[in-house]
Amino acid sequence: MAYALQQLINGVTLGMIYGLIAVGYTMVYGIIGMINFAHGDVFMVGAFLTLIGLVLLAGFGITSVPIALALAFIAAAALSAIYGWTIERVAYRPLRGSFRLAPLISAIGMSIVLQNFVQVSQGARDYNIEPLIPGSITVMTQGGFAVELSWMQVLITVVTLALLAVFTWLVTRTPLGRAMRACEQDLKMASLLGIDTDRTISLTFVIGAVLATAAGMLFLLYYGSINFYIGFTAGVKAFTAAVLGGIGSLPGAVLGGLAIGLIESLWSGYASVPYKNVAAFSVLAIVLIFMPSGLLGRADIEKV
Amino acid sequence: MSGRPAGPAAALRDAALSALVALGLFAGLIGLHLVPTDNGLRLVGRPWALAIVVLAVFVGRLLLLTWQRVRPSGAPATRRLAEAVTHAGRYVAPVFLLAAVALPLYGGRYMLDTGILVLTYVMLGWGLTIVVGLAGLLDLGYVAFYAVGAYSYALLATNFHLGFWTLLPVSGILAALWGVMLGFPVLRLRGDYLAIVTLAFGEIIRVVLINWTSLTGGSNGITDIPRPTLFGLKFNGSGDPDTFATFFHLPYSVTQRFVFLYYVILALALLTNWVSLRLRRLPLGRAWEALREDEVACRALGINVTITKLTAFGMGAMFGGFAGAFFATRQGFISPESFNFMESALVLSIVVLGGLGSQLGVALAAVVMIGGSELFRDFDEYRMLIFGLALVVMMVLRPRGLVAGRTPSIALGARREIAAELVAQGRG
Repeated sequence: MAYALQQLINGVTLGMIYGLIAVGYTMVYGIIGMINFAHGDVFMVGAFLTLIGLVLLAGFGITSVPIALALAFIAAAALSAIYGWTIERVAYRPLRGSFRLAPLISAIGMSIVLQNFVQVSQGARDYNIEPLIPGSITVMTQGGFAVELSWMQVLITVVTLALLAVFTWLVTRTPLGRAMRACEQDLKMASLLGIDTDRTISLTFVIGAVLATAAGMLFLLYYGSINFYIGFTAGVKAFTAAVLGGIGSLPGAVLGGLAIGLIESLWSGYASVPYKNVAAFSVLAIVLIFMPSGLLGRADIEKV
Repeated sequence: MSGRPAGPAAALRDAALSALVALGLFAGLIGLHLVPTDNGLRLVGRPWALAIVVLAVFVGRLLLLTWQRVRPSGAPATRRLAEAVTHAGRYVAPVFLLAAVALPLYGGRYMLDTGILVLTYVMLGWGLTIVVGLAGLLDLGYVAFYAVGAYSYALLATNFHLGFWTLLPVSGILAALWGVMLGFPVLRLRGDYLAIVTLAFGEIIRVVLINWTSLTGGSNGITDIPRPTLFGLKFNGSGDPDTFATFFHLPYSVTQRFVFLYYVILALALLTNWVSLRLRRLPLGRAWEALREDEVACRALGINVTITKLTAFGMGAMFGGFAGAFFATRQGFISPESFNFMESALVLSIVVLGGLGSQLGVALAAVVMIGGSELFRDFDEYRMLIFGLALVVMMVLRPRGLVAGRTPSIALGARREIAAELVAQGRG
C-alpha cells in the first residue's frame, strides 16, 4: 500500500512533465496536422538554456534559489521561444499545404539538427547539477517504509498545474485562443474570416516551446542531469502520451501524460525497470486497437 | 521576411533581422560553453564563434535575397534538372545499372565499401517503398524488420551453424511474419496513429534486444557471425582447398570478399526492385495503390483491405529482413545500436526524397544521402548536423522528392507521366 502510494506519487510527477511536452505536440497537430518531431528537442534545448542561465546567474552571485530559477526560466523560455518560432518559419512554413510526408521529414531533419547542434556546441557528456530544492515531507509510514513527497515533486505539480491553468485561460478566454481554435477547426475558413493564420501558427509554436522549456527546467531539477539526447526519449514518450489521450485534444494530452507516467512508474516498481518503455508502448498499442482515436480524441468522420 | 524580391534597403533590413534572430538563437548555446570543473559547472564565453555565426547568417540571408531578386523564378535550375532526370528515366536507369555492375572494375576498396552501404540502403528503400509508397501506410519503425532479419541470421548461424544462403530466406520469412504480426493490431489505425505505433514497435524491438541479454548478448551484441560463401567456397587467406583463392588458383586478397559482398547486395537489391515492379502489376499491387488513393472506395469495390494491408507490411518487412541478414553477414558483428530510430528515419527520408514510389528516385536518393554523408566523413562531429540541415533544405526545395513524377503501373495504350502532385500519399 505504502509502496504503491510512493509509485503513484512518482508516476504523477513524471506524468506532469510528459503532459507539459505533450501539450506542444497536440496543439501543433491540432492546428496544422503535422507531427512536430523537433518538439522533443526544443524541450532539450530548453533544459540546456535553463542550465546555462542558472550557472550564469550563480556566476553573478545570485544565489537565492527562487529568484535564480525564475530569472533562468524567463530567459530560457524567451530564447527557446525564438527556437520554436524559427523552426516553424524555416522548416515548416514553406511546406505548409504540401503533401503530408514532406513536413514530417523536414521535422525529423530539424530534430537531427537540434540534437547535433547541442552536441557540437556543448559536448556529448552528461551535465549534472546539485539538487537545488532538497527536502521532503513524509506522507505516511507503514511497516518501516516511509512514503516521501519531495518538495521538488510538489514544485513540479504546482508549476505544471499553474502553467496549464494559464494555458487553458489563454485558449478559452483570449482572442489568440479563439483564433487558435478557429484555425484548428478549419484553417482556410479561419483565414477567409480575417484571422492571421501565419501569426496564429507562429504563436502556437512559441507557446509550445515555452511549455517545453518549463518541462525541461523541471526535468533538469528533478533528475539533476541532462545531455543532448534526452529530447528524443522524452519526445517520443510525450508524443505517445498525446496520441494516447487523443491527438488534438488538450485535456487528452495531460491525461495521456499522466497515464504514461503512471504506467512507467508502476511497471518499474512492480515488474522490471528496463522494460518500462515496452509497457508504455504496449499500452498505447492496446488502447489504440480498441479506441482508434485515443482516449479523448474525436473520431474521424469519413466523408465519401 | 517573405520570399518576394525586394529592394536593397529591404534586403538589408531583412538580413539584419535574421542576424538578430540568430543572435537570440545562438547567444546561449554557442556564445556560452558549459565546462564541468571540480566544484560544479563553469561557463566559458565564446564571443568570436558567436560573432562569426551571426555574421554568416547576415551575409547568407543577404546573398539569398539578392539571388532571389536576380532570379525571381525560385529554383528553376534544380527543377529542370529533376524533370530531365524523370523524363530520361528509361536511359538513366540502364546507365546507372551498368555503372553499378562495373563498379568493382574501376572502384577501389573504399568505393566498394561505400557501394555496399549505398546498395543496402537502396534495398531498404525499395522495401519500404512497398509499404509507404505503394500502400500508403506510414511506417516509422521499418528498422525493426531490419533488426529481426539481422538477429535471425546471426542467432541461427552462430547457434546452429547454418549457412548464409540457407538462412537468407529464413530471415526474410521471419521478418515478414513480424510484419504481419505488427500489421494485425494496426489495421484500423490511420495516418499518424499508425506512424506512432510503428515507431513504438521499433523501439520495443530495440529495448528487447538490449535487455534480453541471455539470447541477444544485450548491448554487447553478437560477434563472430559467419561470412557468406560462394557455393561453399570461403573468402579467407588460410590457403585451405575450400577457399575461393585456392580453388581458382588466385593470389588471396581481401578485395575478393568485398567484390563478392558487393555483387550479393547488388543482386538482392535488384531482386527487390524486380519483385516490387512485378507485384505492382498484379491485382495485389494495384490494390495497394488503390488503397493509398482511397481506402473507402477500396472497400466499396470489394477489395479485402485486411489482406491488402497485411501483405504490404509482410512484403516490405521481408525485404527489410533480407537486408538485415546481409547486414549481419557483412559486418560480422551486430548490436542493438545499429537499429535505432535514426535508421528508420534515414530510410524513410530516402523513400520520400526519392519521390515516393519511384524506383529510380529511391536509388538516386540513397546515393545522394549516403554518398553525401560519406563525403563529410572527415568532419565526423559535424556530419549529422550537416545531414539534418540537408534533409530540411532538400525538403523545402523539393517537397515532392528528386523524381517528382510517376509512370502508372498499368495503363491503356501509351503510358503517360503523372505529376506527383496528383498522387495521394500516406493517408493510411
